[in-house]
Amino acid sequence: MSTTTHEAVVAYDDVVARFDPVLGLEVHVELGTATKMFCGCSTTFGAAPNTQVCPTCLGLPGSLPVVNEIGVESAIRIGLALHCSIAEWCRFARKNYFYPDMPKNFQTSQYDEPIAYDGWLDVDVVTDEGVRTFRVDIERAHMEEDTGKTTHQGGATGRIHGADYSLVDYNRAGIPLIEIVTKPIEGTGKYAPEVARAYVTALRELLRGLGVSDVKMEQGSLRCDANVSLRPNPESPLGTRTETKNVNSLRSVERAVRYEMTRQAAVLDAGRKVVQETRHWHEDTGVTTSGRSKEEAEDYRYFPEPDLVPIAPSREWVEELRATLPENPAVRRSRLQAAWGISDFDMTAVSNAGALDLVEQTVAAGADQSAARKWWLGELAREANQRGCELADLPITPTDVARVEALVSEGALNDKLARQVIEGVLAGEGAPDEVVAARGLAVVSDDGPLLAAIDEALAAAPDVAEKIRGGKVAAAGAIVGAVMKATRGQADAGRVRQLLLERLGVSE
Amino acid sequence: MADLTRLTAAQTASAVASGEVSAVEVARAHLDRIGAVDDRVHAFLHVDTDGALAQAAAVDSARASGATLAPLAGVPLALKDVMTQKGIPTTCGSRMLEGWRPPYDATVTARLKAAGVVILGKTNMDEFAMGSSTEHSAYGPSHNPWDLDRIPGGSGGGSAAAVAAFEAPLAIGTDTGGSIRQPAAVTGTVGVKPTYGGVSRYGLVALASSLDQAGPCARTVLDAALLHATIAGHDPLDSTSLAEPVPDVVGAALRGDVAGLRVGVVKELGGEGYQAGVRQRFDEAVALLTELGADVVEVSAPSFPYALAAYYVILPSECSSNLAKFDGIRFGLRVGEDDGDPSVEQVMARTRAAGFGAEATRRIMLGTYALSAGYYDAFYGQAQKVRTLVQRDFAAAFATCDVLVSPTAPTTAFRLGEKLDDPLAMYLNDVATIPVNLAGTPGMSIPVGLAPEDGLPVGLQIMAPAMADDRLYNVGAALERALLERWGRPILEEAPSL
Amino acid sequence: MSETPSITRDDVAHLARLARIDLPPESLDHYAEQLQVILGAVAQVSEVAADDVPATSHPMPLVNVFRADVPRPSLTNEEALSGAPSVESERFRVPRILDEE
Repeated sequence: MSTTTHEAVVAYDDVVARFDPVLGLEVHVELGTATKMFCGCSTTFGAAPNTQVCPTCLGLPGSLPVVNEIGVESAIRIGLALHCSIAEWCRFARKNYFYPDMPKNFQTSQYDEPIAYDGWLDVDVVTDEGVRTFRVDIERAHMEEDTGKTTHQGGATGRIHGADYSLVDYNRAGIPLIEIVTKPIEGTGKYAPEVARAYVTALRELLRGLGVSDVKMEQGSLRCDANVSLRPNPESPLGTRTETKNVNSLRSVERAVRYEMTRQAAVLDAGRKVVQETRHWHEDTGVTTSGRSKEEAEDYRYFPEPDLVPIAPSREWVEELRATLPENPAVRRSRLQAAWGISDFDMTAVSNAGALDLVEQTVAAGADQSAARKWWLGELAREANQRGCELADLPITPTDVARVEALVSEGALNDKLARQVIEGVLAGEGAPDEVVAARGLAVVSDDGPLLAAIDEALAAAPDVAEKIRGGKVAAAGAIVGAVMKATRGQADAGRVRQLLLERLGVSE
Repeated sequence: MADLTRLTAAQTASAVASGEVSAVEVARAHLDRIGAVDDRVHAFLHVDTDGALAQAAAVDSARASGATLAPLAGVPLALKDVMTQKGIPTTCGSRMLEGWRPPYDATVTARLKAAGVVILGKTNMDEFAMGSSTEHSAYGPSHNPWDLDRIPGGSGGGSAAAVAAFEAPLAIGTDTGGSIRQPAAVTGTVGVKPTYGGVSRYGLVALASSLDQAGPCARTVLDAALLHATIAGHDPLDSTSLAEPVPDVVGAALRGDVAGLRVGVVKELGGEGYQAGVRQRFDEAVALLTELGADVVEVSAPSFPYALAAYYVILPSECSSNLAKFDGIRFGLRVGEDDGDPSVEQVMARTRAAGFGAEATRRIMLGTYALSAGYYDAFYGQAQKVRTLVQRDFAAAFATCDVLVSPTAPTTAFRLGEKLDDPLAMYLNDVATIPVNLAGTPGMSIPVGLAPEDGLPVGLQIMAPAMADDRLYNVGAALERALLERWGRPILEEAPSL
Repeated sequence: MSETPSITRDDVAHLARLARIDLPPESLDHYAEQLQVILGAVAQVSEVAADDVPATSHPMPLVNVFRADVPRPSLTNEEALSGAPSVESERFRVPRILDEE
């Protein structure tokens, strides 16, 4: 049963004319380690329920945690990539609260001693004045563990409200998470939603480049909570913020921030106060709804985790890890932009579509940069949007796209056929060549069948043939069209035209 | 063959190894003894007759096939019910875990099994190891074999009582604030809390993680050393486990030479508040150490008087979090599901109200308070600073002394029910044993005689620096040998026969 | 003397909520009394002058104890669920949950 109620909102232009938004973004990244953070259970996605669990991640009496070294290493590398300081000494802490998806009823996390702190990430956003860089300051990146997964049974929609009971699978419990928290992001003005999206996009690109996570938002391996508040102007103290959870796609990040701004503006306009609370984002309806109120402030009773010893990364270790960092994303963007010879605007479009890796790989596979951009930002972006998934998650690889482009430049495919090949690959019919073969999509390049089709078309329309012979070359289009139709689009229209004119002894 | 239950572990092991007696005979003798006396002592919560006989038979056939036996192969042992044993009920003395059979072995349990030790069953304890009398067990108290109307100490009263009543020559205890040493003191047995990290905590159901440590209970110092050596050593499943080699505790127990050793008597642990007979026997034992050639001096540990308070902040804090997992979802008790249409939150709260006894509830609430926003610094934060001061006091004392000594407990065994409704009076039993847990250092209690006024055993506590557990065994063995010479027979021979 | 915190019936009820223990209302006064006495005694930790003393959370000074990222066998589903009060479809069954965290 959905309890969604539509709250009043203010038009966006009106909001930004009268209010100054401040953002705070918390991103949880599930690391791609082979085992969980504190035990040796596998982290493979999609296993049968409660088969990747042990006494430790089930919180059975007597069990104890031991830290996964790669978890720590990943946290340090993420911190370094975000220009953070790495703690010389830090501890895990227990965050105590009861919830059925949390086996120990405390989460092993970090509190006032995060492993990485004080960093930044630059993001580019297209503004009215051109591409502008916003620096997002990073407060901290810390290590913690994921919770189990709960399925609600018996309710009308499988949602929590109205459910009769729930079932818990602890396979996910204990999977390493890195929580990356920004400082308040100010000065974005009307670009707040775009900055939020660009930040998550850039962070995702950075994490993917580090190879620490598969960063799939729809599978929950990258999750974003967006804190939003409004104030009358940049000089005013910070307004009351809400924390919107469940924002699980890049597009949602932008939409959720935008929605929250318009909703809070309406609350303030009505002379009411914004309630400090957790809100849930609803992808389908595009609104946030009130979750748990934070009026009765949680008392998590944090204290240092006695079952785990402190972590004191030596400076040598930190420098070794720094040496493993891939090229700085901003440097990489400039390098690729120069190599491709494209504008700031075009480059930002590629970055913010999350297509940088894909375009780069497509070019590396032999395609022209403009063709690669055309596919990934056009046809494929539309497809991803329709499917509600990320570009990278489409069932097509940069190699496939490059192959399709190669077939086009060889003249084996025309644009229309190329789209059909892409469609076939996306439908799971195989690699491009397999789709071409199975669907019989090759351009008819043999002149024989084309001439036959031309003759047939001319015979069917003798008046048009006459006109062309009489020099009205413009009328050739109708015959070309008929031939293309007869060959189900598999002919090269240019060649048909050429043969037609030769046949009739006319020149352009 | 003489009564097999009267042998020491070392004697039993050698008799089994030589073929003089079979491990099955030894196990049967102890199972019979349990059958004969445990209805009165109530040391055991569960007796695993089949498992014990199977393990004993396995030892016998290993011997028959010519395999070399481990030092304690074929020796029976009683396991405190706070330690998991795969498939065997593990209750921690709580309703909360009634009927729970863990799907895994604690590291200690696994090492005992691998060493051919015959686990007879699980022993009674104060609920989740909170208490000094076993009266906080949900399954009724254990009784002191010296006087069945008196407490056998706690929390590991069942383990100590089993050893004192000759139901087992060895037992495993766990010591968070004295739960091995105080029961040893009041039952006339030997109990050792090893250096923190010396014995794996994996599979030990945690009370206070930074204080808990498993260790041996026995009737002789050598037996304790043999058990210590069997269970100690690095465990990759416990992050706080020490990687250093285990000190040669068996060698030290065989040596027992205190000539030239510097022994410090801790001024703050004794005197006022200690029973006269306890002080008398303690003073005599210290004099004996001097006679044996030790160099005895008095040392001061000015922060020790605050140790008890710090302990009763740190322990409840950690325990409030450690015991949060008992919520009726993944294992154990679930209560109140059918009453109305309760939410999971209500069922958790009803389960915890029904599953935890009064002392557990008090400590969970106390810890919840001490960790709460606004109180953390004044309580938990401050207690951890006191912990640092206690460590410094030990460091200063060990700069001039090889070992420290004190009475183990301020009194001999008190009567069942005497302190049950007075938590503070109960807490005072641990006043001398707690500093060691706060510092992570090792401690041993050995019997040094009977208090003249009540004829009940008195324990002397020996304390050593971290990772110098061997010193405990050296001093303990020297004192044990000298006392045995003086008494003519082991102190437990004085106990009334059951 | 340090000031002894005062524990009321309401405080006990609040602590019981935090600790998820459904205490019978008639027991609240008794617990308040006992906690008051115990807290009064343990509050003496605040008498110790320790402003410049570091806190000790772990008795041994170990750091950097790690595990290689190598999978170990998990429990079987049957073992994992063996102690559960209620089970359905290979999962732990729990009564309805009031609200998302």
